[in-house]
Amino acid sequence: MGATEPGVIGQSVRRKEDLRFITGAGQYTDDINMARQTAGVFLRSPHAHANIRSIDLTKAKAAPGVVAIFTGADLTGVNGLPCGWLITGTDGKPMNEPPHPVLAQGKVRYVGDQVALVIAETQNQAKDAAELIDVDYEVLPAVVNCVDALKAGAPEIHEQAPGNKCYLWALGDKAAVDAAFAKAAHVSKLDIINNRLVPNAIEPRCALASYDRAADAYTLYVSNQNPHVERLLMTAFVLGLPETKVRVIAPDVGGGFGSKIYLYGEETAMVWASKRVNRPIKWAADRSEAFVSDAHGRDHVTHAELAMDKDGKFLAMRVMTNANMGAYLSTFASCIPTILYATLLAGQYTTPAIYVEVTASFTNTAPVDAYRGAGRPEATFVVERLVHQAAVDMKLPQDEIRRRNFIRTFPYATPVALTYDIGNYDATLDGANELADVKGYAARKADSTRRGKLRGIGYASYIEACGLAPSNVAGALGARAGLFEAGEVRVNPTGSVTVFTGSHSHGQGHETTFAQIVAGRLGIDIANVDVVHGDTGRVPFGMGTYGSRSLSVGGTAIVKALDKVIAKGKKIAAHLLEAAEGDIEFKDGKFTVAGTDRSKAFAEVSLAAYVPHNYPLDKLEPGLDETAFYDPTNFTYPAGTHIAEVEIDPDTGVVTVAAFTAVDDFGNIINPMIVEGQVHGGVAQGIGQALLEHCVYDPESGQLLTGSYMDYAMPRADDLPSFKVGTRVTPCTHNPLGAKGCGEAGAIGAPAAIMNAVHDALSAVGVTRIDMPASPHRVWKAIQSAKA
Amino acid sequence: MYSFEMHKATSVANAAALLAQSGGKALAGGQSLIAAMKLRLAQPGALVDLSGIAELKGIRKEGDAVVIGAMTRHAEVASSKVVTDAIPALAALAEGIGDRQVRNMGTLGGALANNDPAACYPAAVLALNGTVHTNKRQIAADAFFKGMYETALEEGELITSVSFPIPKKAAYIKFVQPASRFALVGVFVAQTAGGVRVAVTGGASSVFRAKALEDALGKAFTNDAARAVKMDAAGLNSDLHGSAAYRAHLIPVLAGRAVMAAG
Repeated sequence: MGATEPGVIGQSVRRKEDLRFITGAGQYTDDINMARQTAGVFLRSPHAHANIRSIDLTKAKAAPGVVAIFTGADLTGVNGLPCGWLITGTDGKPMNEPPHPVLAQGKVRYVGDQVALVIAETQNQAKDAAELIDVDYEVLPAVVNCVDALKAGAPEIHEQAPGNKCYLWALGDKAAVDAAFAKAAHVSKLDIINNRLVPNAIEPRCALASYDRAADAYTLYVSNQNPHVERLLMTAFVLGLPETKVRVIAPDVGGGFGSKIYLYGEETAMVWASKRVNRPIKWAADRSEAFVSDAHGRDHVTHAELAMDKDGKFLAMRVMTNANMGAYLSTFASCIPTILYATLLAGQYTTPAIYVEVTASFTNTAPVDAYRGAGRPEATFVVERLVHQAAVDMKLPQDEIRRRNFIRTFPYATPVALTYDIGNYDATLDGANELADVKGYAARKADSTRRGKLRGIGYASYIEACGLAPSNVAGALGARAGLFEAGEVRVNPTGSVTVFTGSHSHGQGHETTFAQIVAGRLGIDIANVDVVHGDTGRVPFGMGTYGSRSLSVGGTAIVKALDKVIAKGKKIAAHLLEAAEGDIEFKDGKFTVAGTDRSKAFAEVSLAAYVPHNYPLDKLEPGLDETAFYDPTNFTYPAGTHIAEVEIDPDTGVVTVAAFTAVDDFGNIINPMIVEGQVHGGVAQGIGQALLEHCVYDPESGQLLTGSYMDYAMPRADDLPSFKVGTRVTPCTHNPLGAKGCGEAGAIGAPAAIMNAVHDALSAVGVTRIDMPASPHRVWKAIQSAKA
Repeated sequence: MYSFEMHKATSVANAAALLAQSGGKALAGGQSLIAAMKLRLAQPGALVDLSGIAELKGIRKEGDAVVIGAMTRHAEVASSKVVTDAIPALAALAEGIGDRQVRNMGTLGGALANNDPAACYPAAVLALNGTVHTNKRQIAADAFFKGMYETALEEGELITSVSFPIPKKAAYIKFVQPASRFALVGVFVAQTAGGVRVAVTGGASSVFRAKALEDALGKAFTNDAARAVKMDAAGLNSDLHGSAAYRAHLIPVLAGRAVMAAG
């Protein structure tokens, strides 16, 4: 933290929200109930690809407790779900953007596609009735792999997307890259699969929609990360309602990891239906439903090449990626493998020329969208696996090849459209080397060898772009929404403060971190600060929480509002102290006439603002309540080095993570404990991707083969070592907090670090390629193949 | 979950009568059945709850055997002094089933009657040459496990207890399937009065004895002897988490580790 920040900032303050969470007092959407509430259940497609010949509701409508059943045919005047980011292809044309219906319109395109909304008195009755719906499907061939989908003869999923292509997009100077490759001393190459993941937030999605006839307005409680965006997309794009008619409340939310950013068909259909049945409707997904219907993550197939001179200095990089969009374009799907991926391919290195091509295709799978890290883990995986391979090829130590290529001059404009404002990559690499005791590695490896085990070490020196985003930059790149944040600081008469933020907390601890900022800046007790978020009826506006943006963008909006509060407070204090405004200083919760001991406490000033008996009413409005919108001028660039050590049992293929070290630069830190927790969670998810998690669809039938925890392996405590975590600080140069963001770093660095370690370990037995997840079976098979 | 009738049995005889009368299913610990019902994969019209039947509970030593009541929970077996003294491998196996919640509810009888192909207990019963006692008869382990989710139990027949002869040495090694943490392959090795017995769970459609390993370990009870055995992959399971060849490879590896663990 910066030395000038007040006391409470930079302290590991215990999380204010934890008391209610750990005592079971959290209020999640499913905890909220209304009078006359009904239960909604979605009938979902059992087929990956089929035409709907007919739907017979006769028996289902007659079932006990049924209130109403709606299908796609009923949703007249309801538009499809929008995609929030328009990508323009290399041909200069907009991406293919087929309709994304709220309920299926004559065709289903993945297992889980919603066909009907059944509303009944109880959930069990709705489920019983759903089973009585007779849908006559004409089953069509399916395709689930993003490369197969583009092959001639692949089943066509949308008539608006010939050949299943969404777009072919490119970034960088192809000619410069080709020229650099032509003169390179060495080229390292890799083929990489970034495995598909299911988000698995602990709270499955849930919504409660109601309609108020008196106000002709709707209220939607929904497990969501950005209620204002949800409202904007639902009203303006889909239902054709004024925003004022829909209030969206995202109460306590049990994790999102991206999957709750999006506007989904379920809650949209429910809001629409709540007026038709004139009763509240609640839908609570169960885990099986979450597996098939939440937007998934990753799913890239990539070929990458790195050109170097004879000393291992990077000359150019060439990357060809296929990205799976799933059956429909989810809210931000199109920008993940482009804007949030290709722009990060410079990593921490001075590679002067980079060219990347991305082909996005539709498949008969659940939509794919942002998942913790969103494009940046995929980019880091490509860069850092390639750098690892380059070091192997050039016979250079892993840290040395990185040092030879680090960016050291800032600001630095990369060849892929970003300008890094600040960083110190040597500091995080050196810090990680030290914390990981790399000096002692040889002895640990010798010990593993003695025990018949294969030991490996892997580095990932990642960078990410957080603090989404300068709206003008995003707009130029195709964003259909702004990416600022709003904050309101309402000082109550006695000096307590209510903060309204457009950021949303679903595990991040905003109620504490943001309160620390306010308490620190105003010099008041943190207990006197309450943070309100997640309600379009209370918060002025907001773009929500994703992309590690809450502190750097949402926090800055609060700081801007605080600045306004303090400026107004100075005016009030100047009046009360009969001094010139310019002579008033604000420090430690007191307005003081400079150079004197005459002062007014913050609470005295706030009381004067609301009881303006002695107040400059001719010049100043009463009250002390300020709102600010903040639009960042650049992304923030958290970076760091992660080092993994693995030990592999060659008899069984089991990979054990022996040690994991993360040294990160998140800029200034408000609450070190929360930051460490974010790193732990991110690293756990990254290790999950590297070693355990794998979403698999059957290539023939398109059925989801890993549709439960019986087959989809989540990381558990005993899969993980005790992490070693450290930080180095270069404050962000363009926001007043100097903060960069920490929410995704673990998930970004860990997969590459782990897989580099796995490859290092397996190199001893001749294995050259293994894809994620490096499950025991896969590792064993790779060892057998290498032996053969 | 579909709606169903619930009956609470007071004795084994009462349970049998209620089952016959309702046409329902017996409910032991419910750790498989209730989950299947919640997913609407099972639809029994009635359940007969066995949890209130005192005669089905308890652990005791009887001569050269440990006898465990059918409704004894995994956690009770894991922490029983009788079991840890006489057959520590059985206590360790119980300690490794599922998670804490499963172990506090799941029962020996329920696990055996269900005969999940990847369950742990069948391997113990088979390797230790146990005897399954029912309300009608006694069934030797070798005759009890018939196939996938299939046992020798007849309609209305309830397991009352299982007797486990105390082995000279025994150990169970479970290699977990990474997602479910059931046995991808689990191998129970026991030196019994009748020779070495090796039971494998998770490998095929039902628990089975690995005769080649039994022969090899009968000659030399060593890791090397186990590792020298080549298992035939034919007939073994193949799925997302492991091919038949992988399972065939793991069985002697785990058998060897079990031998070492048995001491």
